Amino acid sequence: MKHRLQFAGKKLVRMALLLLGVSIVTFLLMCASPLDPLQTNVGQTALGSMSPEQIEQLEAYWGVGTPPLERYLGWLGDVLHGDMGTSLLYRQPVLTVIGQRLGSSLWLMLCAWLISGVLGLALGVISGAFRGRWPDKLIRGYCFLISSTPVFWLAILLLLVFSVWLGWFPIGFSVPAGMESASVTMADRIHHAVLPALTLSITGVANIALHTREKMVDVMESDYVLYARARGESRLSIVLRHGLRNVALPAITLQFASVSEIIGGSVMVEQVFSYPGLGQAAVTAGLGSDLPLLLGITVVTAAIVFAGNLAADLLYGVIDPKIRRRAAGR
Amino acid sequence: MKPILEIRHLSIYFTQYERGFRKRRLPAVRDLSLDVRPGKIVSVVGASGSGKSLLAHSILGVLPYNSHVEGEILYDGVPLTEERLSGLRGSEIALIPQSVACLDPLMKTGAQLRKGRKDQETRERYRAALARYGLGEETEEMYPFELSGGMARRILIAAAVAEPPRLIIADEPTPGLDARSAKRILGHFRELADEGAGILFITHDLELALSVADETVVFYAGETIEKAKVTDFADPGGLRHPFTKALWHAMPEHGFTPAGGAQPYPGTVKSGCPYAGQCPKGRADCRSTEEIPLRNFRGGMVRCLHPGDGEKEELV
Amino acid sequence: MRKKAFMFMAAAVLILAAVTAGGIFLEPAAMETDFSKTNLAPSGENLFGTDWMGRDMFARTIAGLSLSIRLGLLTAAASAGIALILGTVSAVSGRKADAVVSWCIDLVMGIPHILLVILISLACGRGFAGVAAGIALSHWPSLARVIRGEIIQLCQAPYILTAEKMGVPRIQNAVRHMIPHLMPQFFTGLVLLFPHAILHEASVTFLGFGLSSEQPAIGVILSESMQYLTTGRWWLAVFPGLSLVLVVILFAMLGEQIRRLTDPASVHE
Repeated sequence: MKHRLQFAGKKLVRMALLLLGVSIVTFLLMCASPLDPLQTNVGQTALGSMSPEQIEQLEAYWGVGTPPLERYLGWLGDVLHGDMGTSLLYRQPVLTVIGQRLGSSLWLMLCAWLISGVLGLALGVISGAFRGRWPDKLIRGYCFLISSTPVFWLAILLLLVFSVWLGWFPIGFSVPAGMESASVTMADRIHHAVLPALTLSITGVANIALHTREKMVDVMESDYVLYARARGESRLSIVLRHGLRNVALPAITLQFASVSEIIGGSVMVEQVFSYPGLGQAAVTAGLGSDLPLLLGITVVTAAIVFAGNLAADLLYGVIDPKIRRRAAGR
Repeated sequence: MKPILEIRHLSIYFTQYERGFRKRRLPAVRDLSLDVRPGKIVSVVGASGSGKSLLAHSILGVLPYNSHVEGEILYDGVPLTEERLSGLRGSEIALIPQSVACLDPLMKTGAQLRKGRKDQETRERYRAALARYGLGEETEEMYPFELSGGMARRILIAAAVAEPPRLIIADEPTPGLDARSAKRILGHFRELADEGAGILFITHDLELALSVADETVVFYAGETIEKAKVTDFADPGGLRHPFTKALWHAMPEHGFTPAGGAQPYPGTVKSGCPYAGQCPKGRADCRSTEEIPLRNFRGGMVRCLHPGDGEKEELV
Repeated sequence: MRKKAFMFMAAAVLILAAVTAGGIFLEPAAMETDFSKTNLAPSGENLFGTDWMGRDMFARTIAGLSLSIRLGLLTAAASAGIALILGTVSAVSGRKADAVVSWCIDLVMGIPHILLVILISLACGRGFAGVAAGIALSHWPSLARVIRGEIIQLCQAPYILTAEKMGVPRIQNAVRHMIPHLMPQFFTGLVLLFPHAILHEASVTFLGFGLSSEQPAIGVILSESMQYLTTGRWWLAVFPGLSLVLVVILFAMLGEQIRRLTDPASVHE
């Protein structure tokens, strides 16, 4: 147990350092940007009609002219303060904006994550078990096609077919337009989230299925499967007893590693479906040079990704008998 | 007694691609014939890479998908089809595999042995089999990485005998064991044979094979080159093929004279005797004769054009 | 089987080259507006239809694909180059360098790809330079890991150990003996990077962080098409997207074939 705690502690420290690195890199990149936030947000003509004092005020608001180090340290102070600064576009604490946006995104991502994980594992196992035969060819073909398709185009296609032609689903937004958020029912939310979640799941499956298939092929070629066959175990029994068991560990890693991809996908999908989630906020912040918000979103998503990796590492220890028995022996 | 296993002219080929487009069939085992009778141990001796394991896998029908088998395998006098095999594998025909890697690393031994069955009868049967080889109930709760080499080997034997087999195929069951443990494992084989099972014992170790087998088949580069009774190995004069003689001389108690040269890979020798390159008595026709048949000679069989060449008694 | 694979590869390269060249050739036609024939559905004359400015969508699509392919080649090559250098450094330059590189890998892998590309593109002021830098600087980690692993394995090879015993410096050893050995993996990794590079370019451009809206990029075309979806002009989105998918599939299959031909484990298939 002590060993496991030490392991987790080490990982946490590494994670904190990585997050610090992420924030610095993100900050530097945004500072290096030659784009003038005033021009992008206020506009050339509006600027022309303003007095120098007004412009100075705006420059101070957008942080133009403040030395980078000072700005970064100020941001770090805000982080310790617990609000990660104030979003320049939304004029709200960054953490509040992220909280709201993450709330609606989380639905989407969690659904997609679970569906793509379970379906991907199942398809990968089937594909690997039937290597070279038609189920394998079919599944591989699907994965190949999907991984060659840009997520946003798939989203557009689904939008075109299901919303424009069939009219089954609304065109955008997480709730019906013009409705008070209090009167929005669960059904409405789900109705609006179906297509985005479907898009994310369809794309997520491909990667997980392909990787699981590789592992499954290795397992099916292993000495222990050969021996199990020689002992008269049926193909089904081999797949269920040995295949799933041995694919489970790499599948966990894959599943948690896919978090990053799902977040990336959600940026695209939310944009197409104008779903007001974290991804859309990131695009808005990027286009509007909202440094605190984009910085906050990057750090939070990176934290989610790292937390996913950490969870995978810890779960590994619980499931892998080698690590488990060793820990019990101490 | 009627043989339990008869193999007639078995050849195993692999389809391979060479660099680029050329596809070719690589013979891994060529024209192998042997019989195993109940109560007898037949050993197949050959260096690693001579295709011995494939023999075991072809009997059990678990060859890789890119392989192709010619010839006939009869079990109990009837051809061994995939259909028949599915009922015999793991019960009447048992495999004792080479290594501990044959156990699923993530599954406890007990569950693994029982092949997914959970009834009391199966449980007791495997428990008894383990006990027969001195393994307690706690073994069932162990993962493969917790087993010692000797334990793993005994577990694999227990797995084979729990459902009393009529034919046991032991594929190199002793590597990595010290001489004493190996002898003890071989003792178990003799015991199983005495109980009526036919045993095909595949090994690279001639000395080990001779210590337990009744008959020996010598493999060279995928070909059977000699079939001999164990008693023929009493002195080199009783042997037929020059390679077998070289093997005999390489045994520790016969002077440890190493056989020169390396065995060619199966399939690399296009025609003639694969041993012709190293044979001290090789002649021109050893290389030029396309197919050298396996023929009866002095009570055994040999695949050599001049088996008795240069021996005094042959001249008489 | 193998002959077919080579035929396929030759055909794929030919098609991709034709699209690339055709796109450069068609670029003026892609920009040409003709208000007498706006919003036409696909027909014999305008294969992919026309948009609201009367521009021929086929010409725009091919020009966009050409741009995507050129950008993809450039960024994939740059990314693979970075991967080769960092992977080699990480494997042969001692533990400290290894720790630094693997920390960088974790860092880059930690930020979702698309966000990282957006950030780098912003830092470079968007546009061609932005998206090129963004993709080149974000796609190297996985290949770098592969190369690092391969080199570490190669370091244990007897002939490398011998050379080391004979006093050949490690870096020289790596460059002279190991990198040639790595070429198959490297080349395969490079070709397999193309599809990712192209897809990410289109995505980032679609979001508005990549190529500018004047350029006939696929991302721009699709982003503009969004406004016309509800009015039933499906061809603006469907054909350009489909063509992009086809190009990416060609690249992906090409990479897969090369991987199969160079992978020693596949001789049996």
